[in-house]
Amino acid sequence: MAPPPLRPLPAAKFDYWKAHHLLHRAGFGGAPEDVRSLANLGLDKAVDAFIEPAAPGAQAPLWNADIMRPPTPAEAQAAQEARRMNDEAALEQIQRERQRREGLDREQMRAAQTWWLTRMIETSRPLEEKMTLFWHGHCATGYRTIEDSYHMIAQNELFRRHALGNVADLMFAIIRDPAMLEYLDNDENRRQRPNENLARELMELFVLGEGNGYSERDIKEGARALTGFTFDDDAFVFRANDHDATPKMLFGKRGNWSGDDLVRFLLEKPVASEFLCWKLFRYFVNDAPGDPTADGRAFVRALAKQLRDGRYELKPVLRTMFRSAYFYDAVNAAAVIKSPMQLIVQAVRSYRTPVRSMSALVSAADLMGQSLFQPPSVKGWDGGRAWINTSTLFVRQNVLIYLLTGRRPQQYDWPVTDDAYDARHLIADVKAGATQTEGEPPPAFLDAEQVARFLLRFSLAARPHQSRVDALSAFLRQNDGAAENDRLIAALALISAMPEFQLC
Amino acid sequence: MSDTSHTSSPGFAGTPFSRRLFLERGLTLASMAATVPQFIQQSALGMLMSTPYSGNGVPTDRILVIVQLGGGNDGLNTVIPYGDAAYYNARPSLGIGAPGSGAGRALELDQQRGIGLHPNLTGLKSLLDDGCASVIQGVGYPNPNRSHFTSMDIWQTARTDGQGNGWLGRYFDNTCNGTPLPEGSIAIGRNAPLALVGDIQKPIAFESADLFRWLGEDLHASLKQPYDAINRAGALEGTGAGTQTSFLMRTALDAQVASERIRSAVARAPLAPFPNSDLARQLRTISAMIRDEMTTRVYYATMSGFDTHAGQGGPHGNLMQQLGDALRAFQNDLTAQGNDGRVLTLCFSEFGRRVRQNASGGTDHGTAAPLFLVGPMVRSGVFSEHPSLVDLDQGDLKFTVDFRSIYAGILADWLKAPADAILEGTFRKAALFRPGV
Repeated sequence: MAPPPLRPLPAAKFDYWKAHHLLHRAGFGGAPEDVRSLANLGLDKAVDAFIEPAAPGAQAPLWNADIMRPPTPAEAQAAQEARRMNDEAALEQIQRERQRREGLDREQMRAAQTWWLTRMIETSRPLEEKMTLFWHGHCATGYRTIEDSYHMIAQNELFRRHALGNVADLMFAIIRDPAMLEYLDNDENRRQRPNENLARELMELFVLGEGNGYSERDIKEGARALTGFTFDDDAFVFRANDHDATPKMLFGKRGNWSGDDLVRFLLEKPVASEFLCWKLFRYFVNDAPGDPTADGRAFVRALAKQLRDGRYELKPVLRTMFRSAYFYDAVNAAAVIKSPMQLIVQAVRSYRTPVRSMSALVSAADLMGQSLFQPPSVKGWDGGRAWINTSTLFVRQNVLIYLLTGRRPQQYDWPVTDDAYDARHLIADVKAGATQTEGEPPPAFLDAEQVARFLLRFSLAARPHQSRVDALSAFLRQNDGAAENDRLIAALALISAMPEFQLC
Repeated sequence: MSDTSHTSSPGFAGTPFSRRLFLERGLTLASMAATVPQFIQQSALGMLMSTPYSGNGVPTDRILVIVQLGGGNDGLNTVIPYGDAAYYNARPSLGIGAPGSGAGRALELDQQRGIGLHPNLTGLKSLLDDGCASVIQGVGYPNPNRSHFTSMDIWQTARTDGQGNGWLGRYFDNTCNGTPLPEGSIAIGRNAPLALVGDIQKPIAFESADLFRWLGEDLHASLKQPYDAINRAGALEGTGAGTQTSFLMRTALDAQVASERIRSAVARAPLAPFPNSDLARQLRTISAMIRDEMTTRVYYATMSGFDTHAGQGGPHGNLMQQLGDALRAFQNDLTAQGNDGRVLTLCFSEFGRRVRQNASGGTDHGTAAPLFLVGPMVRSGVFSEHPSLVDLDQGDLKFTVDFRSIYAGILADWLKAPADAILEGTFRKAALFRPGV
């Protein structure tokens, strides 16, 4: 029996709109017919469809691992010789070659941005992608600092492999990940000259949270434990010569501790599970700022206990979360501000708009503050209200106009496309009466207000305000003569410009 | 002026400009009120009524304009040490001749020290001649980083690790009493520069004012009215205060008001002619917003193309021409408005370039470089020593002035803000201004 805060939703209450909530939170959304299929599965099977998806993951493309490879011994020797001889022509040549490679590498990074966004749009394993994005923001590494696209891509694969796996395994892997080792300078962390960067962020950002149960002493000793963890080309290496093998005092325990011991000690602290569950809560359940409610606190504490007791396996915890009555509670409806990725991917998946131009979408996401492989700092993206300001709000509204219509303002460099968009599928379910909430009678006939109410409810993640229903019904009636599809697209344009549209 | 005079007195008796604004903007407000009377929000009122108050003693009418030269401007071909033979040794084909007769020679700046300006910087030269510009030489920071991104982050954060918020973001965070100024900082460009990003204060950024709006209204005329009704309603009745929904509704209203303001400001013709370059267009936009008495304290313009690794002569000359002319036109327009005394302009680049030219007729990434300040309040002239051209650090100049001491001077003396807290350290404040500023 689950403890009271994690009590599951009674199976009978899992209706069309609960399925809609699950589909948009555990995944990136879906069209009305996807909502209907999910609702028909019932709660347990619906949740399982996210946790244990039947379809295998798509094959990743073959990336070029060698663009930024280290110089061969012969190349290194030639460069040294050129410097010694002050051979300007040769040095110039070496510099040109480096610039050429850097250009190619930036191209590969852009290709990977597009590839990942496409994957999020097309995947049949949406929770896996959503958790991959979660880890990318949690253990953040930025391309601009490490300038090696292949290492970023390999790290992305690492996050995907462990997306729903075991947190400890992920942490053991991340302290061996070349991108992370370079980003947080652990390749410079040597016995004689310890570098604290990775040890500090491991405690402050990855496992415990800032100020949660560690001291500056622990950081210093933790850094010593991590000495010698570095990489050669694309692979982790442990350099025993650089490792400090003398005893260390970590969290009051004395011993010849290694980097893995450090990870173990950190995860043994109960605060580690609470810290991670808070982040999952903000990501999946509610990201309103300020103090959480008593219910929210109890929910997170109970989840954290399950995470600890289950030795940091994520699947059981995520399953509990997505089955819980609290997850579906009205206080958590429309309570998460969509990330730019969620905004874009959800629009394409839920409305089934054409994707128009993948590179335009990547650039729009950048304008909205989320550049894949380039989080703003080691803290990742703040999320929540930090996504929203007057500038990003217009981009958010305009990227929806672009997806719905293919139009863009003159000075955006997004290509105009005239791929036809048929929005009529969106109202098929309301016509069929499949979207009724328990206890409400199906509509006798379909009128402007019913269409408005459904499109709003479908798009806004909560029961719409009556004034929105009135405004949209009035608009639909006023444009009664227009073709049905044009009217629907115009209605979606208006809905997507509603402030509440930014909520999920 | 204090904020209480605005919030407690219904007559908005403060300054003449707020009265005039009320008369003008009040009409907009009234037309909004007709459709949605009960929903008008405090935040929009704040913007319309223009209450630029923040912390104690922080002046509300002083403006800082940043002009960022992206790519690493070649300082040695901007402010030219023509008196030093080492300059011509290092720059056999790129070196610019000493002032004299004939085309392409440096403009005289300081004959005694042998310092001139790039021949195309006529605009800047005339600002110096008018006593409203200064050149500060050898500006840099310890352990220079030669990566564009990192060095730009260092300049924008004023931290040698380039991490964290921007220095001007921190300026707002430190002086705004916990509430962001709705239009406190504006950047012209696709992305908001890190310099303006704070925890509390976030910049407005737009590439051109025409993009700072909803595109849907171009689709069909019937969309305009419902869109306005939706986005100008503010927080709808029954929406709990402090909820995600009310936050979004208020931000949407702020965006509409700011968009309308900015677009109507920019639509007016300037009082002085501007040349035809991208920087001039940006400065013209900024000048129009200043003229419209927006409460913005910091504006940000960006010019790129300074990464001159090859064949630098001609392209760099064009950039110099555009830069000087745009700064001159901007100053002329501000003077015609009567706002020149309120506006300080800072022009910087993330680094200078290598002393020795490379084999492709260009220059590679370097370190210290000159920066400029423009405005009648600055102590005009050429300041600090030019770094030695022979005592180098890996072929690069050793800085003589830490850029953070310039920031400290601007923060303390121009913006009257706590420089140490904002810069997270104590830097010797550079004396940048005339007495009494």
